[in-house]
Amino acid sequence: MAIKALFIANRGEIAVRIIRAARELGIRTVQAVSAADRDMLAARLADAVVEVGPAHASKSYLDKTVMVQAAVASGADAVHPGYGFLSENADFAAMVEEAGLIFVGPRPQTIRAMGDKATARAMAAKAGVPTVPGSEGRVETPDEARRIARDIGYPVMIKASAGGGGRGIRVAATEAELDALIPQASSEAKAAFGDGGLYLERFIGRARHIEVQVLGDGDDVIHAYERECSLQRRRQKVWEEAPAACLAPAVREALCASAVRLARSVGYRGAGTLEYLYDPETGEFFFIEMNTRIQVEHPVTEMVTGIDLVRAMLEIAGGAKLAIAQSDVVLNGHAVEVRINAENPAKGFMPSPGVATALAVPEGAGIRFDTMLYEGYAVPPFYDSLLGKLIVWGESRAAAIVRLAAALEELHVEGLVTTAPLHRALARDAAVLAGDVHTRWLEGWLERGGLS
Amino acid sequence: MALKTIQAPIPGTFYRKPSPDQPVFKEPGDIIAAGDTVGLIEVMKSFMPVVAEEGGKLAAFHIENEDPVMAGDPLYDLEA
Repeated sequence: MAIKALFIANRGEIAVRIIRAARELGIRTVQAVSAADRDMLAARLADAVVEVGPAHASKSYLDKTVMVQAAVASGADAVHPGYGFLSENADFAAMVEEAGLIFVGPRPQTIRAMGDKATARAMAAKAGVPTVPGSEGRVETPDEARRIARDIGYPVMIKASAGGGGRGIRVAATEAELDALIPQASSEAKAAFGDGGLYLERFIGRARHIEVQVLGDGDDVIHAYERECSLQRRRQKVWEEAPAACLAPAVREALCASAVRLARSVGYRGAGTLEYLYDPETGEFFFIEMNTRIQVEHPVTEMVTGIDLVRAMLEIAGGAKLAIAQSDVVLNGHAVEVRINAENPAKGFMPSPGVATALAVPEGAGIRFDTMLYEGYAVPPFYDSLLGKLIVWGESRAAAIVRLAAALEELHVEGLVTTAPLHRALARDAAVLAGDVHTRWLEGWLERGGLS
Repeated sequence: MALKTIQAPIPGTFYRKPSPDQPVFKEPGDIIAAGDTVGLIEVMKSFMPVVAEEGGKLAAFHIENEDPVMAGDPLYDLEA
């Protein structure tokens, strides 16, 4: 049953994106807004607006009960969760379905299974998808550590079981280093986290972040090739591309086929992304996790495949089967997306909410700007700093970056400090132009004064 | 006694606790010193401490825990 009225349980640029896709399908849109979001662009574009609570997201966009009640009361027959907020909350998806509405996304049990790292890893292994070799749990003795490290292959990463976000990580290149570092890492973990437990994982020195876009209808699954998102700061992507220029064609085919195998094994429904680490030195790729939602960087895939992913999500949620066969998905050219955030790159990326007093948006062939901004809009301080995404297409990667640099010169946001200067600097950096980067490259570049 | 109203330095969400399961930084009635952290303001997912520029007796808060605040809004009163 095709969707007639869609409740958008999100905000910002993705809400705008969803409203536009819904409109093309003749779907009525109902936009959820917090008390701080009554003036946002999506609220202006939607057919109806429902206030769902105070500014603080935990009392509005993250309140499952309030959101489901608002969706039901609005007369919508489907809910699109966007990204972030409740988009990967299996309980929310189940509540939406129990209320008799369509959840635009995978089944709740798929979200639950993929949301648990250990389960996702086990399912990947079952589908024949490689994961980062590691100790599969705590390492209890030095002998065990040596044996496991030999299996994993050096260098190995020693991680604190109780750690996270990169804290408490040590790298051992040899067995002698491992012997020396294990007691040190254990006592440090005990002091920092109150738990000296350690585990081991293969260390990939120049890992690249590569992810595969999949689209499923519950029975069949296709891929729409991959994106590379190696330019990251504090594990947040800042610049994304499609396809990943560093992949040899045979590796690309194997990678995308592995993603389809895993997504098929769970009967995936909707748009999803499988994230991998790629080791350019060995040509190996390792599955890390699956995101069971639309992603911020989905437009680069749309630019090189011609598939409208958000529209496809809505069609599938309405009961349609996949409209595209795998053989019809063809890569054309190259796309780059840069995230324009309300942050000051010159001041440690300090948030900079405020009023966009003037706005000039780049235009022309191969340029797309997905944004929440309009002139006079007061960007609220309560949510994340993403203002918009500048996306460019070119016949080659080099052509796309030239176009990006030109488009960035045309972009002017007055009243707010944005990350546009970061992207102007990156677009003329030799390593970026050569594609010679990895997931820790950007932070090193910033420390070395890349911006100045 | 002179009552002085301290304004929020930045906009965002005001927190009186370092994390939900921890006690508040300061209670009304507490004597605070310059340099003390009085609360946090979350602006676009970054947490910035609200640091007292001068000491005195914290008389009252104008903003409740987890409530929105705009830059320049009255945040707390100080008796010097």
